[in-house]
Amino acid sequence: MKQPDQTIETIAVLDLIHRVHAFHDDGYRLVQISCAAGGEGFEITYSFDTDLILRHIRVCATHEDPIPSISRIYSGSFVYENEIADLFGIHFTGIAIDYKGTFIRTSVLHPFGNPQIPVVKKKPEEQHE
Amino acid sequence: MSKQIIVPFGPQHPVLPEPIHLDLVLEDERVVEAIPSIGYVHRGLEKLVEKRDFKDYVFISERICGICSFIHGATYCQGVEQIMEIEIPRRAEFLRAIWSEFSRLHSHLLWLGCFADGMGYENLFMTCWKVREKILDVLERTTGGRVIQGVNRVGGVSRDMDADELKRIEYEIPGLRADFTELTRIFDEDLTVQTRTKGIGMLSKDKAWDLGAVGPVIRGSGHAVDVRSTGYGAYDELDFKPVVRNEADCYARCMVRAEELFTSLDLIENAIDRIPAGEICASVKGNPSGEYYARAEQPRGEVIHYVKANGKKNLQRHRVRTPTLANVPALVHMLAGCELADVPVIVLTIDPCIGCMER
Repeated sequence: MKQPDQTIETIAVLDLIHRVHAFHDDGYRLVQISCAAGGEGFEITYSFDTDLILRHIRVCATHEDPIPSISRIYSGSFVYENEIADLFGIHFTGIAIDYKGTFIRTSVLHPFGNPQIPVVKKKPEEQHE
Repeated sequence: MSKQIIVPFGPQHPVLPEPIHLDLVLEDERVVEAIPSIGYVHRGLEKLVEKRDFKDYVFISERICGICSFIHGATYCQGVEQIMEIEIPRRAEFLRAIWSEFSRLHSHLLWLGCFADGMGYENLFMTCWKVREKILDVLERTTGGRVIQGVNRVGGVSRDMDADELKRIEYEIPGLRADFTELTRIFDEDLTVQTRTKGIGMLSKDKAWDLGAVGPVIRGSGHAVDVRSTGYGAYDELDFKPVVRNEADCYARCMVRAEELFTSLDLIENAIDRIPAGEICASVKGNPSGEYYARAEQPRGEVIHYVKANGKKNLQRHRVRTPTLANVPALVHMLAGCELADVPVIVLTIDPCIGCMER
């Protein structure tokens, strides 16, 4: 069965909190926040659901410009925001529970935020150094 | 006010098959706050999508989890098929639904066993896992794999079930239903289970929605949120009704899973009655271009596979939002205010799958 088509609305970072508030007031559930490389930097997509219909909004992000956290509106967003911060190196301001880079421990800093990860080859005896 | 102390829970703990760490802030025996910490088994599987052919990557997506592996593979395929506009054969959709329900059965039976074990109920644990073996036997017989099935392909599935096999499964269903009835009766009526679960780990209806909980966690708090209701795959032709409980405690979450065993059997019976004849895999030409958020209902709840491609054989991005990650905020909320002795039981009721969560 063909699945319904999805539209993703791109908005300015300045409008993010206002729009998320509107979703919250309309009774939407926060489904997920995801990040992917796109354009000059990254695209962060917020998905909401009510009556099992998904809606998405997207903001553009870079390593330099912080994104306001939505955890004051949807407190469960802290897991997604910390994950994106740790994997992509995107800074969020005002996360309700901010792990400051320690939510997901990775051997390479911000592995998804860099186009190429240097391959580190170690001999077995050096593995634990 | 008593002095506060911090007790570490995990990453190694008898009730945790996989590592997650919780810092439990205690006042006497009462938990004031729980702070989760993950990242012990992060494998970076999503990054591999940039290096692998999108068709080969199906096998990697199945290995995200060792329990709900089949549904990960099927949902990834669903996403790629959507952006490539591939109409997969109807028979393949029914086969995916049958295997998905068997996956749910083995996952729920595994969880019920672990839950019994977490309460110190060893022989109930063994009984659950004994029944689970019968489900694994069907999966092994029909796909060749007990937990990693490897039958999903972009465009359909690689193995069919002939009429004799479908009849054999139908013949086995009454026996499984009898086993499930006995197991459910114990979870529903036994004093040990009731004492350890009723009124414990409360998650109100509003809070469950607000925290973005999914699966049996949100359905145990009175919300009929089940992605199968959207009718993806073959579910539009199957008679599906989500299991919902209103007690909002550990007991409710346990009973949602116990009752879902029967729902899965009904869906398998439905699917066997209605499965059409025909091909099982469509031909796939070219490379995908576009993006899509595919979602499905796993044993632990709604899973999202985001796929993004730019016309090359490697995808640009694959992102999986697993149900356990969505249930972590709900877990933190449930733990605040509980007794230390109840922590293992509450943690288990979200059915944590850490390998899945960290990918």
